[in-house]
Amino acid sequence: MGYPHKPHPKETAVLSKHFGDAEARSYKGWVKRGGYEAWKQAQAMTPAAIIEELKNSGLRGRGGAGFPTGLKWSFMPKEKKKPHYLCVNADESEPGTFKDREIMRWTPHQLLEGTAIAMRAIQAEVGYIYVRGEFTEPFAIMAQALDEAYKAGILGDLKIYLVRGAGAYICGEETALMNSIEGKRGNPRIKPPFPAAAGVFGLPTTINNVETLAAVPHILKNGAAWYKAMCLSNPKSTGTKLFSVCGQVQKPGNYEVTMGFPLKDLIYGMAGGVPRGRTLKACIPGGSSVPILNREETESCLLDYEGCVEKGTMLGSGGVIVFDDSADMVYQIMRLARFYAHESCAQCTQCREGTAWTTKILQRILAGQGKSTDLDLLLDLSENMTGKTICVLSDSCAAPVVSGIKKFRGEFEEYLAGRRRPVVAA
Amino acid sequence: MSAHPTAAREYQPVFLGKTREQLDTILKRYPNKQAALLPALWLVQEARGWISDRNMAEVAEVLALTPAYVKGVVTFYTMYHQHPVGRNFVQVCTTSPCNLCGAEGVVKAFLEHTSARDLGATSPDGSWTVIEVECLGACGFATPVLINDDFIESVTPEKVPELVRKYREGRR
Repeated sequence: MGYPHKPHPKETAVLSKHFGDAEARSYKGWVKRGGYEAWKQAQAMTPAAIIEELKNSGLRGRGGAGFPTGLKWSFMPKEKKKPHYLCVNADESEPGTFKDREIMRWTPHQLLEGTAIAMRAIQAEVGYIYVRGEFTEPFAIMAQALDEAYKAGILGDLKIYLVRGAGAYICGEETALMNSIEGKRGNPRIKPPFPAAAGVFGLPTTINNVETLAAVPHILKNGAAWYKAMCLSNPKSTGTKLFSVCGQVQKPGNYEVTMGFPLKDLIYGMAGGVPRGRTLKACIPGGSSVPILNREETESCLLDYEGCVEKGTMLGSGGVIVFDDSADMVYQIMRLARFYAHESCAQCTQCREGTAWTTKILQRILAGQGKSTDLDLLLDLSENMTGKTICVLSDSCAAPVVSGIKKFRGEFEEYLAGRRRPVVAA
Repeated sequence: MSAHPTAAREYQPVFLGKTREQLDTILKRYPNKQAALLPALWLVQEARGWISDRNMAEVAEVLALTPAYVKGVVTFYTMYHQHPVGRNFVQVCTTSPCNLCGAEGVVKAFLEHTSARDLGATSPDGSWTVIEVECLGACGFATPVLINDDFIESVTPEKVPELVRKYREGRR
């Protein structure tokens, strides 16, 4: 098991500082590197004081939605009348994203420390870390770390358990994840009620992404002001973020940069750009659920929540998928639509039917049997799939389709006009 | 992996002895029995290689659920096998980022070098099943492949023959 790249000089390695360092995985190794100091600090603080510090840091959820973490924690009942729960979302399955996997593989105690602090802040006695079923290695590493932490007695009375998923992208949606923990099909729930009122087992629950929790110990240790000062552009986006760069680049991998870092420097500078002799055609900056950027947009996009919105896309989970000029955008978009059709939980009609129908239309275009009205049909379909369902899986399928047709219409038209050889069997 | 239960043979319960103890430990983590369903199904699959209707009925009984409910959950999650699979179960990621890096070639190479000729079909000797899966969450290490519980990164078509040889001989 190797780690591909040494940190780039322009990286700000906070969470990823010990990636590739096998010794940091053990409890002793982690303590030697200053681990669990923040947790000791937190134990001397009131829950309200921890939440205040998080609010001041500006940390926003790294799972995709970017909701302020301190604010989310503050929604939990102050006066505890029922058991409180923490769920840790380690169901990383968003195409293009592989950052939580690396946090768990290399720094399992970083996640456990953040989990412990969060549990104190929201007054939870039980925490479930839900790891996707395919992550066999991170699961084993987390299990060992948990065992070591308990043997060292560092976690006190906190009860932290690992839960293994069983193959379902939708379980990364917060309420679907809770249903899955409860032994149910992973169907997302209608909100409200929100998790802080009625989450897992119908009790007050906070759910956070792995990367969000991994940042928490650093904030307590170095102070909110230190974290907030890490900002290159919009003051509403602070701290560092891991970006998983993949697709057609020379040096794929995770790169940690300060919020507001230019996307072009990430792709060309750190990831070595597209393969030799190729040019960049498109990029999906935040995991497959966000709109596609063309080259011009990619080269002028700043990586923070606002910078991505300015370009008509979203920061999402930070999964940067790069396409060079050899990529067939129609095929790639079909492949993404097929992903969502496969992963739809099938509760909502717009999603169940829409994702499958979108895939079918794209496949017939690729088979050379598209109709002249197909692009309008796809757009109409996508509109009916956006903002109309219980969760955003349906919207996520529409995002690459709508942005793809808008920005790469010519490629679709070439198939429709019979100028491109069909690549899919009819 | 033990022999697959068949109608002709008497049903051997899964949750006996050590497996029952494992389940009891898991049950302590939750406020109700139903929540132990996913872990219980994993225990069945580890013991039997797949999850039969009879297994589902046993799980239902142990967790005070109905067999229909258990089946509803089993069919939701792609990692639970509802029929026997090959001794070596190969899952190749083919979602966009891996597709861009040549995952289709990896799938082809696995089909060629194992005796499993078609996707999802188990080889006649029961040793291989190869399937395509959606995003395995390791896009920077294209193409990731899961062989049984081993997560293997950066697989290229060239590396497939050696991998197949290794698993055929039962080495890890």
